[in-house]
Amino acid sequence: MTHLLETFSLTRDFGTFRAVDSVNLRVQQGTLHSLIGPNGAGKTTLFNCISAVLPPTHGRVHYEGRDITGTPLHRMTALGIGRSFQITNVFGNVSVLENVRLAVQARHARASYQFWRRADDLSEFEDRAMHALKLVGLAGRERQLAVMLPHGDKRKLELAILLAGDPKLLLLDEPTAGMATEQVPELMATIEHIRANGNRTIILVEHNMNVVMRFSNRISVLHQGRILAEGTPDEIRANDAVQKAYLGGGF
Amino acid sequence: MKIIRENAPALALIGAMVLFPFAISLLTGEPIDAGTPKFWQGMLAQVFILAVYAISYDLLMGYAGILSFGHAMFFGAGGYVVGILLKHAGWSLPAATLAVILSAAALSLLIGVTALRVQGVYLTMVTLAFAQMMFVISEATDFREWTGAEDGLQSIPVPAWLSPTHQRLTFYFVSLAFCILSYYLVRRITQSPTGRVLVAIRENELRARAIGYNTFVYKLVAMVVAGIMAALAGMMNALWNLNANPNMLATSTTINALLMTIIGGAGTLSGPLLGAAFIHLLGYGLNVAFGPRWPLLFGLVYVAIVLFLPYGFMGAWRSWLLKRRLKM
Repeated sequence: MTHLLETFSLTRDFGTFRAVDSVNLRVQQGTLHSLIGPNGAGKTTLFNCISAVLPPTHGRVHYEGRDITGTPLHRMTALGIGRSFQITNVFGNVSVLENVRLAVQARHARASYQFWRRADDLSEFEDRAMHALKLVGLAGRERQLAVMLPHGDKRKLELAILLAGDPKLLLLDEPTAGMATEQVPELMATIEHIRANGNRTIILVEHNMNVVMRFSNRISVLHQGRILAEGTPDEIRANDAVQKAYLGGGF
Repeated sequence: MKIIRENAPALALIGAMVLFPFAISLLTGEPIDAGTPKFWQGMLAQVFILAVYAISYDLLMGYAGILSFGHAMFFGAGGYVVGILLKHAGWSLPAATLAVILSAAALSLLIGVTALRVQGVYLTMVTLAFAQMMFVISEATDFREWTGAEDGLQSIPVPAWLSPTHQRLTFYFVSLAFCILSYYLVRRITQSPTGRVLVAIRENELRARAIGYNTFVYKLVAMVVAGIMAALAGMMNALWNLNANPNMLATSTTINALLMTIIGGAGTLSGPLLGAAFIHLLGYGLNVAFGPRWPLLFGLVYVAIVLFLPYGFMGAWRSWLLKRRLKM
């Protein structure tokens, strides 16, 4: 078994509050691995520690067998790790295309320092951005300002920005949050398509249990900063501790 | 031909500015180097210099989203460096210009590396603190011999060929060329891949970092370019006034850059250009009409602009164009 990502006793404190407590997470290459747990369980903080938004208090993060703890945030895309945010987090007052084009350009550090060249002349970046927009179903909206998009489309744009960086590992923080129910299957189908076609690995934080149970290969349950249980969807469904702590018997 | 068509408004404006001294001379019947023509050449030369200062501020605030309250320190530093080198060290103007560029680069790197460690209002405070420090030093009596302390550095020996009193037309064209070149340079930067990253930082810095940009480096680049341009504008201003004074380093000089940028439209480049012309010419007009009470009236005009044109002249113009296009 190859683990693309492994954490070793990953811990994060906020003052005296321990948000993430000695988490050992192993994510297998090519899988969709979900993190579930009640609000405040530490899912987003764990994401932030893995994706270098926050430094962990203790513990290490290994990626492709290398210790990447302490890598600056802006180097993560070069490693092949991309993340989306729970709260929609796009560049508002620029076009949809520019949002994605910037992410493509970011993968070419040298091009970004060419202050004497016209950005519009770099058409290969635009082509690749358009490709990502088509993949998430936003083709035809590329000239709109991102801030004018309806919420569901902003979530799709988040995904396109992520894809444009061509990551091997995607960390998706509640990609369906705030979306209309009927839009959710379409977005999940897109995510599943992205995983299967690019041999990508996805770690998903999600509250929608139907989505989690249907699409996950593995699930880790977080409770008060610790991993309470880990297994396949069926195993999680059958786990008594999980039922008590989180699922409330409904599943 | 395509280049000419795309830049028609800019080329027309440049043409008008080149012909302006001759047109005024023809209209008034006065010689080009005296009276009304000479006066208006001076007014516009000051507008060109202030416009460069405003453009440099727009690169920082309008594009990279860095709200600095210390921009006057670069403007003032340019004035003092050129003044001291010409007057006390006997340097030539080209050598002094190079020294202005290098010292501004060093100063902006120092301020940038320090201030860019923090964000938002904290950055504003740190830049304000640095600028106040420079202001205090400029007024310090310890250095009176070189800086003139609170009186300022008087009678800078400007080379005869560029003398704003005796060679007004030359000074006019040098200021115009300075303004055109600066505008072109910043325009190139804002349209480049680097400029696009600056806009991304303004819109959402965390996201810009998350997609792979080392935002610190880009913000530092913006600071250095803006710092050098502001220092050159300050140098031109000192050459025009034949002096450098503490007021060039004062907070009010930073506020002036902010006003020109906001009134014209932040993040548009051409806006601050307009803003500089508007503030300078309106200030002159109100002063003529109402005397020293003019800032009171200017305050009212400013409030009206912020209320009715919150995105400045260029912002309002662009949204009007957009609305018209959507209706069609």
